[in-house]
Amino acid sequence: MNWTWFHRFGSAPYMYGFAQRWAPWFGGAAVLLMVIALYGGLVLAPLDYQQKDAYRIVYVHAPSATLSLAIYTTMAIAAAVGLIWRMKVAHAAAAASAPIGAWFTVATLITGSLWGKPMWGTYWAWDPRLTSELILLFLYLGYMGLRAAIEDPQKADKASAVLAIVGVVNIPIIKYSVNWWNSLHQPATRLLGEADMVWSMVWPLLMMFVAFMLFYGAVLLIRLRAELLRRERGASWVREVLS
Amino acid sequence: MLRVQGVHLWRGDRHVLRNVTFDATPGRCVLLTGRNGAGKTTLLRAIAGLLEPEEGQVTWRGVATRATRDVFHAELAYLGHEPPLKGDLSGRENLRFSVGIRRAVTTAEIDAALARTGAEPFASLAVRLLSAGQRRRIALAGVVLANAALWLLDEPTTNLDAEGQQLVADLIAEQLGRSGLVVAAVHHPLPLPAELVDELTVGTA
Amino acid sequence: MKTTALAAAKLVAVRDLRLAFRKPSQLLQPLMFFMIVATLFPLTLTPELSRLRDAAPGVLWIGALLSSLLALEFLFRDDAVDGTLEQFALSGQSLTWMLFAKTCTHWLLTGLPLALSAPLAALALGVPVAALGSMVAALALGSFALSLVGAICAGLTLGARRGGVLLSLLTLPLSVPILVFGSDATRHAIAGTEIAGPMYMLGAIAVLGVTLAPLAAAAAVRIGLE
Repeated sequence: MNWTWFHRFGSAPYMYGFAQRWAPWFGGAAVLLMVIALYGGLVLAPLDYQQKDAYRIVYVHAPSATLSLAIYTTMAIAAAVGLIWRMKVAHAAAAASAPIGAWFTVATLITGSLWGKPMWGTYWAWDPRLTSELILLFLYLGYMGLRAAIEDPQKADKASAVLAIVGVVNIPIIKYSVNWWNSLHQPATRLLGEADMVWSMVWPLLMMFVAFMLFYGAVLLIRLRAELLRRERGASWVREVLS
Repeated sequence: MLRVQGVHLWRGDRHVLRNVTFDATPGRCVLLTGRNGAGKTTLLRAIAGLLEPEEGQVTWRGVATRATRDVFHAELAYLGHEPPLKGDLSGRENLRFSVGIRRAVTTAEIDAALARTGAEPFASLAVRLLSAGQRRRIALAGVVLANAALWLLDEPTTNLDAEGQQLVADLIAEQLGRSGLVVAAVHHPLPLPAELVDELTVGTA
Repeated sequence: MKTTALAAAKLVAVRDLRLAFRKPSQLLQPLMFFMIVATLFPLTLTPELSRLRDAAPGVLWIGALLSSLLALEFLFRDDAVDGTLEQFALSGQSLTWMLFAKTCTHWLLTGLPLALSAPLAALALGVPVAALGSMVAALALGSFALSLVGAICAGLTLGARRGGVLLSLLTLPLSVPILVFGSDATRHAIAGTEIAGPMYMLGAIAVLGVTLAPLAAAAAVRIGLE
């Protein structure tokens, strides 16, 4: 298999150009899909039998939750790639992803909390899924804190990479906690095939998942550009780009 | 036997090592000279494998040291700025540990090495009670005991009196006589015969 | 004749034990801290024994966790400062085994005494005598798992500013499963119900820790020494 595409991504100037070109497309697609999906979910989709309108927060809550897990996993993979193949761009991608993931985790916790009040009567419960999502937030903050505390950038990259990889253990716990323990949080709703929801409720949700992923892609590419500029500020390609 | 090729290393933003290339051969000592902050310690640490260069490689006996790290380390004795000794243990106990984790060592060997470096009189005292020069003598005994083919020494004569500096030169000469290799970072020239020494200046002019 | 990895690890353990007993006062500090924390809770919560008993699993485990975090700071600190940790990395021996030996010795000197002295605090919190045995076992197992996980974070924070606080912040999220199952086991013990479930989970975490944590700790220490 021809691996040149992989190694091209390892080049900072190439990634900078790639990010510059594609970020607007990701962003535009994300906004478009979000608008359509929100219209579908907030206006077109019918009322839920039990929760009436309250369930509609799922259109923000569920994608946020998925993204918070997906971004951490992406971060850990990027960190591992950076550690094994010693790619600076991979480390930059991991560093750029962390705050995005942290914010998605905050969004998950807040939207979940707002939904909890009408559903369970409480803003918070110490059940496995909520607790492990909270731990995920602490993992993100710990990752960012470790990066900030180590002066030498190469050392900070490597140390935070090890931390990210070790923390991956938490991800399956969050995902499967609702299956393993009796939990207050509902188990996963089947969306396709033998679906638990009608299609008019499902398609906006699926579209929101995609929209949020594209949104992450757009923001990641923007932050990656800034991260690459900062890391390589002494290099000649940066001077050319900025002039 | 030791080959450093095209090593580049950055510490943060500083390009500390620029395209460092040299060979070290048995029986000859490579002396690294240069100003403070030129990168002599960084180079020694990079050769030892404590730091990873961004570019270039270090090969030992034709094999990259990164690939055979433990095998390389078994043949390496590294002495940094501060002698690595536990303050609450005596010199003898320190050596029994630091050499013992590498190879089986007898009390007789330890005593002989301590006598060679003039550390015998204070070898049973807790190291925290010793002066900097005394600690260095104990650490030098450790280097001798390692039976290592390659010595990496960072400012080995620090805190030593004139007699101590001659001792270091003698130990290096003995190591070279055994077909060993020595790479040492120094500030002042060592009293070694010129035909055994290769000098390398580290850092930009 | 080259020393084997196991023999080198044993030398490390003996050295650490010897060093610890030359400065025994340092060992008492985490223990005292645990006792003080455990006594502060009744002062601030309530003197009613029955209500304290409900809070006891949480109090004991939080106290054990905080005390362990304190003790974790000097797992690698002394060796990093005087350069002997670097010696481990340059010895040509398995750093993984040597750090595992260090972690085990550290637990023998901090976690195990904590578990063994916990009955004093537990009785003050109204824990029934019948529950003490399993409580000690759970604390011993949990503190061992905690030492293993903490060793990774201790290695990562070797080069960091304000390493102490950061060490606690990094270890806390990773220690939550230990906390959850450990306090669960203690709660069951106090109530007299079956403790096998949480104890097995605690054991599983400890086994996972033993297999993976020293590897991660060795990687972390090598990075920290750069």
